[in-house]
Amino acid sequence: MRRRYVAAIVVGSRTFAERDVYDAVWTSLVWLFGEVGASQAELYLVKYDEEKGQATFRCSHKALEMVKASIAATTEVANEKASLRMVRVSGTLRSLRTKTASQ
Amino acid sequence: MKYAADLHLCPQLDNRANVKVIVERTAELGYTAVGIPVSPKAPQKEAEELKAICSDAGVDYVSRVDLSPRTPGELLRSLRSLRLRTEVIAVKCYSKEVARQAAKDRRVDLISFPLVHPKKRFFDFAETELASEAQAALEVDVAPLLSEQGYRRVNLLSYLRRMTTIAKGRVPIVLSSGATESTLLRTAEDYCSLAYLFGMELHDARQSFSEIPKRVIEQNRRKLSSDFVVPGVYVVRRGKERPES
Repeated sequence: MRRRYVAAIVVGSRTFAERDVYDAVWTSLVWLFGEVGASQAELYLVKYDEEKGQATFRCSHKALEMVKASIAATTEVANEKASLRMVRVSGTLRSLRTKTASQ
Repeated sequence: MKYAADLHLCPQLDNRANVKVIVERTAELGYTAVGIPVSPKAPQKEAEELKAICSDAGVDYVSRVDLSPRTPGELLRSLRSLRLRTEVIAVKCYSKEVARQAAKDRRVDLISFPLVHPKKRFFDFAETELASEAQAALEVDVAPLLSEQGYRRVNLLSYLRRMTTIAKGRVPIVLSSGATESTLLRTAEDYCSLAYLFGMELHDARQSFSEIPKRVIEQNRRKLSSDFVVPGVYVVRRGKERPES
C-alpha cells in the first residue's frame, strides 16, 4: 500500500507531548471526515521531537488531502490554542528527511 | 508558491501591537503581500501607518477598503470618493440590490458575502454573470472554517462548496484568511489544503492565493499611477523623452 509522510511543526505558546499532538490531529480528522473517513486515512505519528515541535505523520496516499486539511484545521492542542504548520510531504521517510534538512 | 497574498487580514486597528504581531506572523509564514482594510472615512492616514508596519516586517502593503453599503446609491457614492485613493475595494453584500450593483460595477475589485448569515447569501448564477463582465472577483475567507465548529461549520462548508461550484470558470475566486488573530493564521499552502474541504482543487486554490490577487493588485496599481489615461491607454513615454530618429 502506498503511503505518504507529512512533516509538520507545532506552533504554540509552549511545548506539547507527543500524545497531545497526535490526539489533536486525530480529533480534527474525525470532526472533519467522521469515523469512516478517519479509518481510511490510516494516520500514524511516526516521529515527534518535543523540543523542536517537529512531527512526522504517515498516512495512506489516497487520504493525503484529508490529512493535510485536518492538520491545517487543528486549532487546539491539549486544550490550548495552537496550530500545526505543514512543512513537506514525501513518499518515503528518507526523502522527507533529506528535503526537510535542505530547507 | 513564489508569490502569496493575503488580501484580507482583519486585526483590531486600534490595537497597533496586535496589528504588528499579525503582520510579522504573516511575513514569517511567507506571504509577499497583505491587505488590511482601513476605514473608508480616513483611508489615507491609516494606510500610511499600516504601510510602515508592513514595510518593517518585510511585506508589501496593499491599501484596501471594505464597503458594507445598505443601498446601491450609497455604494456608488462611496466608490466615487474612494476609487482613486485605494488599491483594492471590496464590497460586502448584505442585500441583493447591493450585490447586483457591486457585481456590475467595474470599480469594485472583490465581492464577498457574509458567511455566517444563511439568509444573506446572494451569490447565484445571475451574480456570476454580472461579475464576470465587470471582472470582479469573489472573495472567500478561510479562517471562519477554523473558528467555527459543529453544525455552523457544516453549514459554512456546504455554502462555500455551492459558491465555488457556481463561480468555477466564470468568476475568479480570491482566497483570503480573514484572520482576526494570529492563531488563525496559516501558510497559503495550509489554507489551500483547507480549500479541499469545500471542493476546490489544489491548483485552483493556489491560483486564488497567488496569481489572482497579484493580478488584482498590479492592475489597480497601474490604474492609480500617473501614466494611466483610460482603460487600455497608458503613457509609455512623455514628450521630452522622445528619442531622436
